[in-house]
Amino acid sequence: MNTDSPLKQTPLHALHVSLGARMVPFAGYDMPVQYPAGVMKEHLHTRSAAGLFDVSHMGQVILRPKSGRIEDAALALEKLVPVDILSLAEGRQRYALFTDDNGHILDDLMVANRGDHLFLVVNASCKEADFAHLQKHLGDTCELTLLDDRALIALQGPRAESVLAELWADIATMRFMDVAEAALHDVPCIISRSGYTGEDGFEISIPAASAEDVTRRILEHPDVMPIGLGARDSLRLEAGLCLYGNDIDTMTTPVEAGLEWAMQKARRAGGAREGGFPGAHVILRQFAEGAGRRRVGLKPEGKAPVRGGAPLFADAEGKVPAGTVTSGGFGPSADHPVAMGYVDKAHTANNTQLFAEVRGKYLPITVSALPFVTPTYKR
Amino acid sequence: MLKFTDEHEWLKIEGDIATVGITAHAAEQLGDLVFVELPESGTALDKGATAATVESVKAASDVYCPLDGEIVESNQAIVDDPALVNSDPQGAGWFFKLKLSDPSAVNALLDEAAYKELIA
Repeated sequence: MNTDSPLKQTPLHALHVSLGARMVPFAGYDMPVQYPAGVMKEHLHTRSAAGLFDVSHMGQVILRPKSGRIEDAALALEKLVPVDILSLAEGRQRYALFTDDNGHILDDLMVANRGDHLFLVVNASCKEADFAHLQKHLGDTCELTLLDDRALIALQGPRAESVLAELWADIATMRFMDVAEAALHDVPCIISRSGYTGEDGFEISIPAASAEDVTRRILEHPDVMPIGLGARDSLRLEAGLCLYGNDIDTMTTPVEAGLEWAMQKARRAGGAREGGFPGAHVILRQFAEGAGRRRVGLKPEGKAPVRGGAPLFADAEGKVPAGTVTSGGFGPSADHPVAMGYVDKAHTANNTQLFAEVRGKYLPITVSALPFVTPTYKR
Repeated sequence: MLKFTDEHEWLKIEGDIATVGITAHAAEQLGDLVFVELPESGTALDKGATAATVESVKAASDVYCPLDGEIVESNQAIVDDPALVNSDPQGAGWFFKLKLSDPSAVNALLDEAAYKELIA
């Protein structure tokens, strides 16, 4: 990424500044890392009430089949993801991964069936590359649009449903991973019941011109607090969710990352549409035989957070390498440091004692089941 | 006598002992602290050496030794409750006491007015 280019702004930039946010560069955008309440309060508020996030930097892509048949768009997209898109019903959303020819992960994304088109949400740092990738491989069967006229916000937490129910009563009928269209304050929005915090919640795509107005009104609700990228990271880490670029990237495969659940039966060995995605030979082999290393949860035993990049060892003297931490920090809800990383397959069992090198010391850290908090998705 | 550094530390000077902490400005910039590691008593440190480490939810930061000296006491209270640094950075949230090798070196540090200008 060219760091010399001026930072882009989301449609909610002025709102963040007016709320007193501390702004930082993130994926080419000037984004709020925290508001005056601070990361700790923002994190805890999201888990106890409702937190509002600006995620407008993410890419929103429309994939419209030229034939008019949604099946054609689904089958076309299946050429790029190891995921069953064909069986995705209208009004439903699913997690997916773009893989490369080596079976490594180019990006992770959400795919929704919107009836006559597929609606994709991809990571900000990957959106141009993803769009070019889609254009190259799907350009003959689909019309592709990278939307630049819509904001995307997330409202997450146990009060998210009741807050939005005051604007649209039917929101309560949505289940986890449902996608629907509704007017909020007379503005047509696309709402999905999903998120990146481990909490029940919603992501809302709003026309850019109305985004600040709708967002301000939601923020007026006493249960809602604006949440910055700092708490977004600690929330997703406690929830065991991968951050692209840290925990998954072009050096990791879906099996190494422990994302087998994202590959439905139809795309696995013996499935109706087995393989047929980039790197299938690698991924299907790892599926059968396991990978040499695997992403695991890691709980530092002391009070010191263990950050991404910390080397892991099987012994307290740092002689036997065991892996690397990819994300780590303090978990405000867990009330202890939390981390995840890749460890060699000999060390993946829960409760395995390892040691993380931090400032020249070897700190005890234990392989732990993810997530660190219990998700509250409304299935 | 109260002195400051451009690394956002304060020093309360009493004879040849300096009580050292981080400024309210620094504490605010760091955000909610969750971990503090302090030097042991008896540790001799040069000016600019890493004396302590603080971690917020987001990131780790070093606190540098403001002058040459020897650590004579560390504040266990902020190890037990790092939030003290955020709530009372220039009081109960002090970090350590430093026996200065050269007490006259404090004259080169910033006074309160100069520090306020620095962060303005």
